[in-house]
Amino acid sequence: MNFRHKHILGIEQLSADDIRFILDTADSFKEINSRDIKKVPTLRGKTIVNLFFEASTRTRTSFEIAGKRLSADTINITASSSSVVKGETLEDTAKNIEAMKPDIIVMRHAASGACHYLAERVDCSIINAGDGAHEHPSQALLDMLTIRQHKGRLEGLKVAIVGDITHSRVARSNLYGLTRMGAEVRLAGPGTMVPPGIERMGAKVFNDMREAIAGADVVMMLRIQLERQGKTLLPTLREYAKFYGLNTENLKLAAPDALVMHPGPVNRGVELSSYVADGAQSVILDQVENGVAVRMALLYLVLGGEQAQ
Amino acid sequence: MAKAATIILDQAGVNRALTRIAHEILERNKGIGDVVLIGIRTGGDHLAAMLQERIAQIEGEKIPLGILDITMYRDDIGSRFDLTIGKTDIPFPLDGKNVVLVDDVLYTGRTIRAAMDSLMDLGRPKSIQLAVLVDRGHRELPIRPDFVGRNVPTSRDELIETEFNDKNQPVEVRLVKK
Repeated sequence: MNFRHKHILGIEQLSADDIRFILDTADSFKEINSRDIKKVPTLRGKTIVNLFFEASTRTRTSFEIAGKRLSADTINITASSSSVVKGETLEDTAKNIEAMKPDIIVMRHAASGACHYLAERVDCSIINAGDGAHEHPSQALLDMLTIRQHKGRLEGLKVAIVGDITHSRVARSNLYGLTRMGAEVRLAGPGTMVPPGIERMGAKVFNDMREAIAGADVVMMLRIQLERQGKTLLPTLREYAKFYGLNTENLKLAAPDALVMHPGPVNRGVELSSYVADGAQSVILDQVENGVAVRMALLYLVLGGEQAQ
Repeated sequence: MAKAATIILDQAGVNRALTRIAHEILERNKGIGDVVLIGIRTGGDHLAAMLQERIAQIEGEKIPLGILDITMYRDDIGSRFDLTIGKTDIPFPLDGKNVVLVDDVLYTGRTIRAAMDSLMDLGRPKSIQLAVLVDRGHRELPIRPDFVGRNVPTSRDELIETEFNDKNQPVEVRLVKK
């Protein structure tokens, strides 16, 4: 199959066939990560710049490892150590990096739409590693890969996403992806953290977390993003944990073999109790492991797909 | 196929060729000690499974069989239409083994180059031998097969098609004008 996407800006632009193809490709790349020699020459001579304007360990490391395992040269630029602190604009930074002829820029930025903006202005491929509260496509893809691995399918599954939906790019990308793949998505969070009208994107919205997770096949907990929200959205973390935290008690409401997921980093004792985070139903580390394979697939497909046209 | 096609091998012909190759592999390696079969996706994997069966009939023991997908090792990324990557499944160590690579058609040799690079990343085989159902010539690299079902002189504007049935058994090998 061909893959006609030069950029990966969001799940919104991907069809169900595209998503399936990315997951299949990631499945094939997974095997490399368990080899003694974890490297294949697929992207030899390609240059990938990881341009991160926001803090990240998982995503940046994962993209860097993915590029290296495909033999590409990967370079990391973090905003705090770049000319951004000297007042350079996003476009100037990107144009200057582009003059050094990278093949892909992987970017994370606090502004929603920053990747779209760049994609229209540079020639190389752009992969969105998270833009504001908009999308985080590689996270949704690794979530879907993890679910598919454990459940064998995505169609017809009930997936509850609980937490700060408004500020969560993970929730938005998963909502696009999972509904497109035929899963039922239920969203739950405090009224201040669920955007009005989100049900028009195909989700069922609940105010009570227990209703959302009742009978769910997957419970995806979101991180309380203390850096993004003012103090006005929730009274105290303890109260939040009481009503919207997942613990061994309310997890019993979900299907007995329900998966517990979290995009990380976990605020232990807030959205997820330690018993659940480290419990038998938790697939949090599988998500991280699958992240490398999914990102290998994305890097490979944007480079192959772009020129094959 | 409505295009002009010449049948190079029919099902019986393929079977005879594989039986002969199975014997040749055993003769060359003096038995099955340390011999493993690796089929190249897709086509070679089915043929390798049939060779494994035939060798088991002769020697009374199944030798290890692996499947190799060489897409990640190809030298033409960016110029291909199909980007599908299949799974590599080699559930045994290759160190010290006599590996018999199996493919359906040998042409430029680039697939075999990629397959050998791939095997070297997976371990250190004692030797690598090459078995192909059809050798159609036009090599672009210094590679030659050890076991050949049939040598077929071709021109570059012809194609060799191997048709498999739903049980992954080869039905027929055809020469087709493009």
